[in-house]
Amino acid sequence: MKVSLFVTCLGDLFFVNASKATVELLEHLGCEVEFPKAQTCCGQPTFNSGYHEQTREVAKHMIETFDHAEYVVSPSGSCAYMFHAYEDLFAEDDVWREKARKLKEKTYELTQFIVEVLQLTDVGATFEGTATYHSSCHMTRLLGVKEAPFTLLNNVQGLNMIDLPNRSDCCGFGGTFAVKMSSISGEMVEEKAEHIESTEAQYLIGADGGCLLNIGGRLHHNGSEVKVLHIAEVLNNREVNK
Amino acid sequence: MGMHIGDKQFDKRRDEGLHDGFMRQAVRSAQTRLQTNRSKAADALGDWESWRELGEEIRTHTLENIDYYLEQLSDEVAKRGGHVFFAQTKEEANEYIQNIAKEKEAKYIAKSKSMVTEEIGLNDALEQIGCDVVETDLGEYILQIDDHDPPSHIVAPALHKNKAQIRDVFKEKLGYKHTEKPEELTLFAREKLREKFLQADIGITGCNFAVAESGSFALVTNEGNARMVTTLPKTQVTVMGMERIVPTWEDLDIMVSLLTRASVGQKLTSYVTGLTGPKLEGEADGPEEFHLVIVDNGRSDILGTEFQSILHCIRCAACINVCPVYRHIGGHAYGSIYPGPVGAVLTPLLGGYDDYEELPFASSLCGACTEVCPVKIPLHEHLISHRRHIIEDDKRGTFSENLMMKGFGTLAKSSGKFNTATKFASTGAKPFVKDGMIEKGPGPLKDWTVNRDMMPPQKQRFRDWYRKREGEK
Repeated sequence: MKVSLFVTCLGDLFFVNASKATVELLEHLGCEVEFPKAQTCCGQPTFNSGYHEQTREVAKHMIETFDHAEYVVSPSGSCAYMFHAYEDLFAEDDVWREKARKLKEKTYELTQFIVEVLQLTDVGATFEGTATYHSSCHMTRLLGVKEAPFTLLNNVQGLNMIDLPNRSDCCGFGGTFAVKMSSISGEMVEEKAEHIESTEAQYLIGADGGCLLNIGGRLHHNGSEVKVLHIAEVLNNREVNK
Repeated sequence: MGMHIGDKQFDKRRDEGLHDGFMRQAVRSAQTRLQTNRSKAADALGDWESWRELGEEIRTHTLENIDYYLEQLSDEVAKRGGHVFFAQTKEEANEYIQNIAKEKEAKYIAKSKSMVTEEIGLNDALEQIGCDVVETDLGEYILQIDDHDPPSHIVAPALHKNKAQIRDVFKEKLGYKHTEKPEELTLFAREKLREKFLQADIGITGCNFAVAESGSFALVTNEGNARMVTTLPKTQVTVMGMERIVPTWEDLDIMVSLLTRASVGQKLTSYVTGLTGPKLEGEADGPEEFHLVIVDNGRSDILGTEFQSILHCIRCAACINVCPVYRHIGGHAYGSIYPGPVGAVLTPLLGGYDDYEELPFASSLCGACTEVCPVKIPLHEHLISHRRHIIEDDKRGTFSENLMMKGFGTLAKSSGKFNTATKFASTGAKPFVKDGMIEKGPGPLKDWTVNRDMMPPQKQRFRDWYRKREGEK
């Protein structure tokens, strides 16, 4: 199966290990992975800030970049959802709306793709340790991917999953919200950090770079020992980790 | 008072909320309780999603035919001997009710809970002409005697106060001498309020739903005070927002089921009261005279716009009860009697962007509100629409924000520019990195690093790794 990777700007710049793991994992599962080099960012920073004229230009660029793709897979629920939301940006433009609709139909978040398209529940991973999982908002509520990460994580050998209290509460990232409303966002991420600490897990796993950047930043700020991992890193681990 | 509360700017109100530990504790525990109850009650109904769709359908149909149903409602009310008044503005509504009070030479007025009368500032208007107005909903009563402390929640107006604070208010204002036990506090308020009911010349209520087919209206309460307000005084005035209407009793049944479950997690509240017109000959209870005041106050301007579905709102507060932003800043920070997600959408529509342009941005767009709304209002999408109006139509973006966003747009639509810019991100960040993290960021990052550290961009981007790997293949 041919997969075009939409790595996201955070995956390209910050979560490089998670992005590498995504490629290796998909290849391990028998996919042929390509990376369209013209890709940039999904445009959420401008979209959520009210700058839709700019967002339309970005959307057009991304639609063209992935025009040839059979499947588009992204290691981020939020950015994958943004591809799904492009349609609404072209309410008055039939041609681009149709192109956006086509992109939406072939775009999946990583765990969603593995469970729904590849029809797998066990990727053959091994990971020693106790971990808890943060359900990111856009992935669960907007993209509708709720169970796939748990289905896959529960089948990872050696991994002991602990429920995160209020796991679906927003971590306070919200893109520019974290800067524009920094004090509110700070309280939200502190609450998330407290919930994570209360599980006494060694690892916090997530499927969205934005949330992990935020939560990881707060945990580090607090001097926490909890390590933050992207789900791709866990699912791609097939040897005993230290 | 009216819809707007306080005279401070958003930043100040927000900071006051964030620093109010008592309030935040009270809100946090109320949210947890209400969320759990809501979720249980919704599940118990079975196939909650289908119920939500039904609710959405009824509200959509009603609002699309609002002219028809308003006419039917007023015809039916008139047929049964009631008076109907359409108020375009809050001033018109207040003046009409003032005139009733003057005509009846009313001294005492008993009110049951109503958001729309808060919105139009009815109490002030009646006090101006010398009436003694008493709020009989326990929460509203507490706020009224506490020097008109504004409500912070649309269902539980005194949510921001804990038991000890309520005891202190009673003690200071009314000479209360007992403990902070809810039973003792309630008994005390009950005795005080009973006198007021017996004295009242006019009873004023809000309206959860008006039923068009019979000219009736329904009140959904837990305290029973609304029944006293609608049975003891000789004259009754009911005030409703023009959208608070259902076509039939069958629709009412569905809407009440959704409301009580979404709002307080109950199958049904203690009292659901349906009232139709004044007392007829031979009837024992009810007012001798009945007035229905239908308030527009900016609502018809929302009809036909992309925001129309906010008029579907049934004021259950489920969105407020799950909102993490509300949890941390509290209701007063919104500067409006309509707080939380519904408030962040509705308040700027009724009150304008001049006073409320920050509200649509005070959200992480997590979508928890949209997920719980019993009539499926896409609240977080409305917030994005507001942002677009504020930035693109009203041009209210700051110079630096415009520059940054337009710059970002230019980069993100061009693979070449994006590639070049991100190539140097790691080098650019280097001076700020200590032990692998940025603890004090420059420029826009400064606000981020107040509350958390920042992972720096990696030296080898994913695309560099990929290119290298491809070359090696």
